Amino acid sequence: MAAKDGGLSLHIPAPKARPGETPDFSHIVIPPAGETPRPAIDTAPAEMRDLAYGLIRVLDDEGTAVGPWALKLEPDVLRRALRAMMLTRVFDNRMFAAHRQGKVTFFIKSTGEEAIGVAQSMVLRKGDMNFPSYRTTSFLMEREYPLLDMFNQNLATADDPLQGRQLPILYSAKAYGFYTLSGNVGSRFHHAVGWAMASAYRGDTKIALACIGDGTTAENEFHTALTFATVYRAPVILTVTNNQWAISSFQGIAGGESTTFAARGVGYGLPALRVDGNDFLAVYAATQWAAERARANLGATVIEMVSYRAEGHSTSDDPTRYRPIDEATHWPLGDPIERLKGHLTKLGEWSDERHEQLYAELTDTITEVYRQADAVGALGVSKPPVGEMFENLFATPDWRLLEQRKELGV
Amino acid sequence: MVQALNSALDVMMERDPDVLAFGQDVGYFGGVFRVTDGLQAKHGAKRCFDTPISEAGIVSTAIGMGVYGLRPVAEIQFADYILPAYDQLVSEAARIRYRSGGDFWVPITVRTPYGGGIFGGQTHSQSPEAVFTHVTGLKTVIPSNPYDAKGLLIASIEDDDPVIFMEPKRLYNGPFDGNHGKALSSWGQHPAGEVPDGYYNVPLGKAAVAREGADVTVICYGTMVHVSLAAAEESGVDAEVIDLRSLVPLDIDTIEASVKKTGRCVIVHEASRFSGFGAELSALVQERCFFHLKSPIERVTGWDTPYPHAFEWDYFPGPARVTKALLRTMENN
Ligand SMILES: Cc1ncc(C[n+]2csc(CCOP(=O)(O)OP(=O)(O)O)c2C)c(N)n1
Ligand SMILES: [Mg+2]
Repeated sequence: MAAKDGGLSLHIPAPKARPGETPDFSHIVIPPAGETPRPAIDTAPAEMRDLAYGLIRVLDDEGTAVGPWALKLEPDVLRRALRAMMLTRVFDNRMFAAHRQGKVTFFIKSTGEEAIGVAQSMVLRKGDMNFPSYRTTSFLMEREYPLLDMFNQNLATADDPLQGRQLPILYSAKAYGFYTLSGNVGSRFHHAVGWAMASAYRGDTKIALACIGDGTTAENEFHTALTFATVYRAPVILTVTNNQWAISSFQGIAGGESTTFAARGVGYGLPALRVDGNDFLAVYAATQWAAERARANLGATVIEMVSYRAEGHSTSDDPTRYRPIDEATHWPLGDPIERLKGHLTKLGEWSDERHEQLYAELTDTITEVYRQADAVGALGVSKPPVGEMFENLFATPDWRLLEQRKELGV
Repeated sequence: MVQALNSALDVMMERDPDVLAFGQDVGYFGGVFRVTDGLQAKHGAKRCFDTPISEAGIVSTAIGMGVYGLRPVAEIQFADYILPAYDQLVSEAARIRYRSGGDFWVPITVRTPYGGGIFGGQTHSQSPEAVFTHVTGLKTVIPSNPYDAKGLLIASIEDDDPVIFMEPKRLYNGPFDGNHGKALSSWGQHPAGEVPDGYYNVPLGKAAVAREGADVTVICYGTMVHVSLAAAEESGVDAEVIDLRSLVPLDIDTIEASVKKTGRCVIVHEASRFSGFGAELSALVQERCFFHLKSPIERVTGWDTPYPHAFEWDYFPGPARVTKALLRTMENN
């Protein structure tokens, strides 16, 4: 429809490049590493607003850790982080291959975002709780959640720890500080605030962390979580992973055209950090800062992790239909594994050979554990007992479930 | 069915500049099930666009546009995700005409894929029709084939009241009778797979008799129409299969006439049983046809559990369970 003379017109955001066009990330402003100040944790939120619009970076282009956010992390800690990130990637690749072989119905990779879950796992303590998203696999990897259980769930074998009730990738691991995942996006984000308020109510020392994607910040729970977190000064870290995409929608559709996701926190009076999410050291330092604030009873922090979803949304997706095929190679913040590897190498604590060796070792491990799960029998070959369908709905089932179970004969 | 729905949208956008389509991944990409494929390229980004991931926001936007005078067609990517918009549908869309004394009204259509059979697990498989049929002021429409899908969607868009349009996603690319071991078939070979190019509509509130029969009336909709037809063949029972097409408004006359003729009634839906739409149908049949009934009304439904990923076919009420119910209802003469 042609606009009438002097009439209004409707704005519809569009990304800079579609398939066949040249990727363009010129809108992503990247300050030099080490430039962003690190305020004391008890600084008033109003005095730290700039942090929501900048980008906290620690690793410079040469792989050196610089500036006030560079913590002194032992090489062993860094190597442990690198290993968990690499394990996640090898695992994800094995799962995608399993999907192609028809062994799993669905899967989601977290390629390019592995630094985030690993750092979160290292900063959180036993008893704390992460309210994750489906791209937080590396958290479980760092905590050494049994790989066999993961495969058994994803393949829905007879040994599936969630008894065949849940989709692949949607884990639940309370003992590992990992809250139950669900297919609906966003719906658990605010639970972290309630959980954190409960910890404060009891006078405990536990803190919570919640993860959400850039696209999902549009859901109600994101906004209610920030509201309640600020009102009750809940000991919680509220993390947005801005990986630039939400299935086929670029982050402008979630409101990223006019401001940052971190800046959402500013509107609620919360301190908000915007962080290079592919820089493990920056992610660790920012999460650590927010955890210190929470533990000191200073309340919640919002963190935007700026990253890039290097692969398709899931096994059901084909990103070449909506973004340039080579967009990932133009992403200016690089790859988190490569960057941490570069840093360790620069420190003289790592090398190409050790890297290759570790990669081979992890590949062997994954191949072997996958083989064990596959031997139990992927969905179609084995599955948990059908009676499990009726279990765990209530603590005690009522007559309906008992009758229906009988009708089905299980 | 995907092409039929796409054609309905295309035809209506062509005819009426006030018709627009939006939802998550609906614009450039054309929808995760491809229902809006090509519409943005043809009609422009202002008329077919992506929205933020907020179901409440999508429906609220549609309501605002609707009261302005447009006829928006909003997509909720999966029916499982419509619940964040529930308050807007129940407390707002459904009541605006009533509470404003006819001053404002909401001519919107909310499309959403529902149902199982694709190994979608708990959150990509549900059939929440009963949470809408229970709400006064909402219409609920569910097609079972491409011809009806196009005609009913056009009728829904033309309707001046809010319509929840639920699309049986297992039927998107071909009929499915619940025999999941069988080779997939496409709509190409199905008589109702033939869809005229241009405009036509299938009025809301008119059921279709998918199979005529003398001995038992099967009431069903969506995917379960195909399951019930298969069960009629497999059981050898001369069943009359009624495809409701719209749940609200409900074609009570067709139901009543059929049950009075056959004297038996089996109700089939994929949603869980307790307080499902079958409960309403059962009550209506009992109230209106009690003295014609030769045997108790049967319900074949999903179990009263969430839709479990690994137990898809143990949960899905397939032809074997419908057959059992048909044979049971025939035991009483
Ligand atoms: C309530 C709800 N609405 C819609 C969907 C469908 N959906 C699944 S993932 C997704 C995109 C999420 O994007 P983002 O939040 O950016 O997370 P990312 O996938 O990039 O990690 C959508 C729309 C859903 N799962 N739940
Ligand atoms: Mg995203």
